[in-house]
Amino acid sequence: MSVQQPIRRKLDVKNGRVDLSHGAGGRAMGQLIEDIFHAAFDNDWLRAGNDQSAFDVEAGRMVMTTDGYVVSPIFFPGGDIGSLAVHGTINDIAMAGARPLYLSASFIIEEGFPLADLKRIAASMGEASREAGVPIITGDTKVVERGKADGVFISTAGVGVAPPGLALSSDAARPGDFVVLSGTIGDHGVAVMSKRENLEFETQILSDSAALHGLVAAMVAAGGAGIRVMRDPTRGGLAATLNEFAHQSRVGFAIEEEAVPVRPEVAAACEFLGLDPLNVANEGKLVAILSPDVVEATLAAMKAHPLGAGAAVIGRVVEDPNFFVEMRTSFGGGRIVDWLSGEQLPRIC
Amino acid sequence: MKYVDEYRDGKLARGIAATIAREADPARLYHFMEFCGGHTHAISRYGLEDLLPENLRMIHGPGCPVCVLPIARLEMAIECAQRPNVTLCTYGDLMRVPGSRGSSLLKAKAAGADIRMIYSTLDAIRIAEKEPEREVVFFAIGFETTTPPTALAVRAAHKKSLANFSILCNHVLTPAAIQSILQSPEVRELGSVRIDGFIGPAHVSTVIGLQPYRFFAEEFEKPVVVAGFEPLDVMQAILMLVRQINEGRHEVENQYVRAVTEFGNERAQAEVAEVFELRESFEWRGLGQVPYGALRLRPAYQNYDAEKRFGLEAKPAEDNPACECGAILRGVKKPRDCKLFGTACTPDTPMGSCMVSPEGACSAHWTYGRFREATKAAPQRRSVA
Repeated sequence: MSVQQPIRRKLDVKNGRVDLSHGAGGRAMGQLIEDIFHAAFDNDWLRAGNDQSAFDVEAGRMVMTTDGYVVSPIFFPGGDIGSLAVHGTINDIAMAGARPLYLSASFIIEEGFPLADLKRIAASMGEASREAGVPIITGDTKVVERGKADGVFISTAGVGVAPPGLALSSDAARPGDFVVLSGTIGDHGVAVMSKRENLEFETQILSDSAALHGLVAAMVAAGGAGIRVMRDPTRGGLAATLNEFAHQSRVGFAIEEEAVPVRPEVAAACEFLGLDPLNVANEGKLVAILSPDVVEATLAAMKAHPLGAGAAVIGRVVEDPNFFVEMRTSFGGGRIVDWLSGEQLPRIC
Repeated sequence: MKYVDEYRDGKLARGIAATIAREADPARLYHFMEFCGGHTHAISRYGLEDLLPENLRMIHGPGCPVCVLPIARLEMAIECAQRPNVTLCTYGDLMRVPGSRGSSLLKAKAAGADIRMIYSTLDAIRIAEKEPEREVVFFAIGFETTTPPTALAVRAAHKKSLANFSILCNHVLTPAAIQSILQSPEVRELGSVRIDGFIGPAHVSTVIGLQPYRFFAEEFEKPVVVAGFEPLDVMQAILMLVRQINEGRHEVENQYVRAVTEFGNERAQAEVAEVFELRESFEWRGLGQVPYGALRLRPAYQNYDAEKRFGLEAKPAEDNPACECGAILRGVKKPRDCKLFGTACTPDTPMGSCMVSPEGACSAHWTYGRFREATKAAPQRRSVA
């Protein structure tokens, strides 16, 4: 006589909500992981069903990063917390000049979170990871009581490998180097702001959230060791990134406001929100400090890539014992470009 | 950006700068006070100082609503927010203003007070409607520009019979403050502050018009040019002031013709007059008690006065003794004359109110202009040839 097989009810993705049993380690959790996450990220590592995944290590310099995502709102024009988590983690690896290999994703979900939203986020992560060719090979799921989180938080890790001979570092900028920006600034921050409660405004601006490792590979091929350092100016915007470089490399910057690309819609939104685009977050842009001998070739390689089509030289590295980032305004006067103080846009990524 | 970029045109700026340089008499000094923080910010943000001759100096005035709020009034708001059942609604730039002993609204919020940042007075009305069990208090501050929206909110609450809405009123009046500066001993007798003319407020003047400035232009023989907040507006206003000085005139002139009229926005004035009346005296940080320098609710609207509803009283509170905000707000000192400036007091760890608001003189100088001293002190900075 065979043992009775319990009927396996399908997850009610349309109307269902995450409850505490989905994080309790029992069958409900197994089903959530399988039906939502494995279905979306589908690969051999996950199908193996282990608590970890094994992979062979390539020869070269390994790069590792970790990142947390708490963006509010979870869905915003041009992306969502899922695609953002994939792009952001890949970009942190790529900024070392490295090729990203694998990602992990850990979810902290608030009780009551709609399963439909979770499925949508997982699908968007799966798509972003497939498009980038960087699989999510391990993960974790936790559920916390209502009010102990805000919807869903995602933590990631990423590993990659840097080509031999490349050692990008934020202390490597030298006077005379060029500052190159890969495109317009402020798109992500303004897109997220436009959907904030109390602040909603009509705009066509989309987040620039994108994986930059393809662009970086093209730059490394063209500029090689002439690329001193790269960074994606996320929270704190271009201003924060340049100030970090200035302090870490003990140099100053001379930036031309007119050379910094800003979409007119972003400039307009910043105008009425009282923000400076230089402080607003980006999720698909990079700043590179390039030695003079590789500027031309690297810039050409960037412009030939769809994510670098708007690349521009925006200034130079100068000697400065105060490590100031100075900017000649389009009006003609000089000013400092400083770190922002306090929170301008909380939970932007 | 149409209607904005036109007023930030670098080529036009260089043209005006050349005219100012040509017309400014090298034998004279031109010390102009821009009253408003909006002008202070534009001057710093666009680097206008680099475009002006050596003998022309801009003195930053007290026209930053966050900066002139006395500590005692801030403490009153914090105390109010800490009451059980109170939700305090405030504009975001007040959150980090330091009170006495390191207190701030931000810290009170972290300690559990229900303090919410809003963008419009009507957000506060909406919260009061949505949460009838909470006492919703709007922390009302600002000059004549932000007073009409507060008046509208009080009127809306009255119309809706919202019993759980009130305001903590700190609205102040610009002309009274300008007069107080002109009557201060430093300007009148001691001569330690030289003010040859004023750049008059932009947004405030759209509400009150040109009329209120006529008295002290005549009485104190100081020219006033009302100007917009864009950098070209400021440059043009400076040129107009230079010409008045050169010609020995002291008139009220209007550079901001696209928005300011002789009598201002009379409908907004009527809304304000319906709800508010003058306070005999009110403390401004830096200026001290300013006679008839602020507003309070009229008796007909007393039910909406949080001070009365919660029995709040201003307790004496002292500024940090080393903080020079007071003297800076009067134009007696410059930010870099303060011992705390750039050391203990920065925008990240503000000790005084002038370092908090982006319109404050200290914040504007630290954020945008501090390279000027550095360049003078240590000219090692070298651009790449």
